[in-house]
Amino acid sequence: MSDPLLKVRGLKIGAAVYPPDAKPHKIKIVHGVDFELQKGKVLGLIGESGAGKSTIGLSALGYGRGGVELTGGEVWVNGRDILQGGIRDLRKLRGAEVTYVAQSAAASFNPAKKIMDQVVEASVSQGKFSRADAEAKARLLFDKLGLPDPDNIGSRYPHQVSGGQLQRCMTALALCPEPDLVVFDEPTTALDVTTQIDVLAAIKEAIRDTGVAALYITHDLAVVAQVSDDIMVLKMGNMVEYGPVDQIINNPQEEYTKALVSVRSINHEEKTPTQPILSAKNITARYKGTKFDVLHDVSVDISPGQTLAVVGESGSGKSTLARVITGLLPPKGGSTDFAGRTLTPDQPSRSREDLRELQMIYQMADVAMNPRQTVGTIIGRPLEFYFSMKGEEKRKRIAELLEEIEMGDGFIDRYPAELSGGQKQRVCIARALAAKPKLIICDEVTSALDPLVADGILKLLLDLQKREDVAYLFITHDLATVRAIADSIAVMYQGRVVRYGTKSEVLSPPFDDYTDLLLSSVPEMKLGWLENVIATRKMESAGN
Amino acid sequence: MFKNIPISALIGLFFTGLYFFIAIFAPWLAPYGMAEAVGDVWEPASSKHWLGTDSIGRDLLSRMIYGGRTTIFIATAATILSFTLGSCLGLLAAVMGGWVDQAISRFVDLIMSIPSLIFALVVLSVMPVTIPVLIVVMGLLDSTRVYRLSRAVAVDINVMDYVEAATLRGEGKSWIIFREILPNALSPLVAEMGLRFIFAVLFVSTLSFLGLGVQPPGADWGGIVKENKDGIVYGIPAALVPAFAIATLAISVNLVADWVLNRTTSLKGGRG
Repeated sequence: MSDPLLKVRGLKIGAAVYPPDAKPHKIKIVHGVDFELQKGKVLGLIGESGAGKSTIGLSALGYGRGGVELTGGEVWVNGRDILQGGIRDLRKLRGAEVTYVAQSAAASFNPAKKIMDQVVEASVSQGKFSRADAEAKARLLFDKLGLPDPDNIGSRYPHQVSGGQLQRCMTALALCPEPDLVVFDEPTTALDVTTQIDVLAAIKEAIRDTGVAALYITHDLAVVAQVSDDIMVLKMGNMVEYGPVDQIINNPQEEYTKALVSVRSINHEEKTPTQPILSAKNITARYKGTKFDVLHDVSVDISPGQTLAVVGESGSGKSTLARVITGLLPPKGGSTDFAGRTLTPDQPSRSREDLRELQMIYQMADVAMNPRQTVGTIIGRPLEFYFSMKGEEKRKRIAELLEEIEMGDGFIDRYPAELSGGQKQRVCIARALAAKPKLIICDEVTSALDPLVADGILKLLLDLQKREDVAYLFITHDLATVRAIADSIAVMYQGRVVRYGTKSEVLSPPFDDYTDLLLSSVPEMKLGWLENVIATRKMESAGN
Repeated sequence: MFKNIPISALIGLFFTGLYFFIAIFAPWLAPYGMAEAVGDVWEPASSKHWLGTDSIGRDLLSRMIYGGRTTIFIATAATILSFTLGSCLGLLAAVMGGWVDQAISRFVDLIMSIPSLIFALVVLSVMPVTIPVLIVVMGLLDSTRVYRLSRAVAVDINVMDYVEAATLRGEGKSWIIFREILPNALSPLVAEMGLRFIFAVLFVSTLSFLGLGVQPPGADWGGIVKENKDGIVYGIPAALVPAFAIATLAISVNLVADWVLNRTTSLKGGRG
């Protein structure tokens, strides 16, 4: 076998941390990782947040993000140990031999410069191509990546193209200087499922056609299975398992990998709908100062103790529906019945009883809790506010609630900043439960969480539903989540409900075009899934 | 929390504390009375008069100590007034929005469009110049700046999900302002308070220097500069002493304010 393009030996990475009430000190975030990559191959790095996958990816460029230091080991690129050279050598390497695709193209492009100027910048400044050659090359890449109007798209500014297109422009940017290695850092994570699939297909094709090697970093095993030749599973800066993609997906050896592969395998018996607790009738809504409706004639029912999942991509109006039901956005037309009475359209005029019975859990648990309040205050306030509980009685109930969300009462005096992402979301659930609601609106509650943690939260929500008989309006873009917890489903597209019914009805054929697209876009942990889908689907995503 | 104070903040804290200590215990610390003529005109520093004497033979150290007391008292009172008023109105405007916000903000814009020194000079030339009037005028004028800051900070916090969660729970405005927003806005406000205090010291000194601040025979640092400014021509440094005091106080309070600001911005988990 020829010499590998990239060879990493015993890579150790440290970082400086500045905790608010202790002295700054150094911690180790990667504890000696080995891997190699042959020319033209793709290695997937996978792990949850904090696994060190991005940090390892960036080390291939000899770069450590703010405070991160490459403390030991070797990184060989094209037969040179890049950690030995100085900044001059690194500068020759970056943007020429090794390039980088960032997670958020929208945040990584300079909004004040045209796309073409940014795409050819590295090639020209590295002296690889003349400006004219580089532009010609970029146009070819735009075409190959399936961007519309490849001859002219370069003269647009970043805000003039969609998110999915911008992510492909960034891939063109990385491929333009004809590098030997591209580092993809979660390139599709910020995109809708239906857009993700196009970008994924474009990236895969571009990698194949140009023969470039790639490091593909993601937390989604199903995505990485589509593009990689090998996969390395990371956990807390340690390698867990490293092998060909086929073996990792179909025959994982380690417990942790098995857990990742089998994630979202919750089985949920569908219940039949009964007399609804909440029914939204013909809701039409628009935001103040705009001229178009974001919701058109939306009607849904939720049965007591059951889950209605509202699915759709961003901009489909699913969160707006939640705002209308909670009264934060009074609708233009239509009404909402809740527990046998009609809710007033605007929140301030609702009775305390209405407010109590309708609770909400947010996507970002970080910002849904006041950072200056302890867990005890956060959970205790609804008790005090709705039930006038005080002192010992309140403290006992808080402890009970903490028990219910599978956290001990040792957390009662902690601040949100001292909790992990999953714990924060659990506290938010406890806060909603404290009000003894009949319906909880869950707005993308698991999408900011790592897959294993998200699984835990879903299981908890299902358990609580059984015990407390609470109904959920579950807003999500993730169909795997829907399969796991829903009793009925409403599919939304551009402000309309395009498909609505019980889970088995909605998820069984015949499908309308949009539902088909949505269902087929969810990455499956199967090899060759991507090619299959691209070949068979009926409709292009709205992102195009 | 005092374990990790950087050395610059420690120095700042020490000198700020020292100035406030001297201001509070002035009558026990000053060697002579404030308005007592105890020596010749502009005597040089000696063991009897550590900083020499002033333009009419009063002990300069005693004048400085009593003057510091007046200056710091007026500045502190004016800062407290401006902060209470400015931040309450700012938070209220941010939470209420709509016409309340518009009315207060445009009124504040109106006041701010007039340079505050000129505004103060006009008001003080028609009002009797007493210490309470000085405090109220300075406090009111400064509260417009505090209003701007607190409104800007609160508008950012007001769109956080936890404020929405409180609204959905049915909480009243006072809970949202004082329990949800204020604790999170406090750190930038406290840091700003340090800076504003120094502006107040400079402001009252300026007014006294121009003759519209503390009236003789009362002493304050601006007034001492004014009384001794003619001495500079003859090489007598008496006017520089209060200038030095103002400068060191300004620097030490700023060192503390810097530290408070740093603590806030490094508390990433704190403000999300």
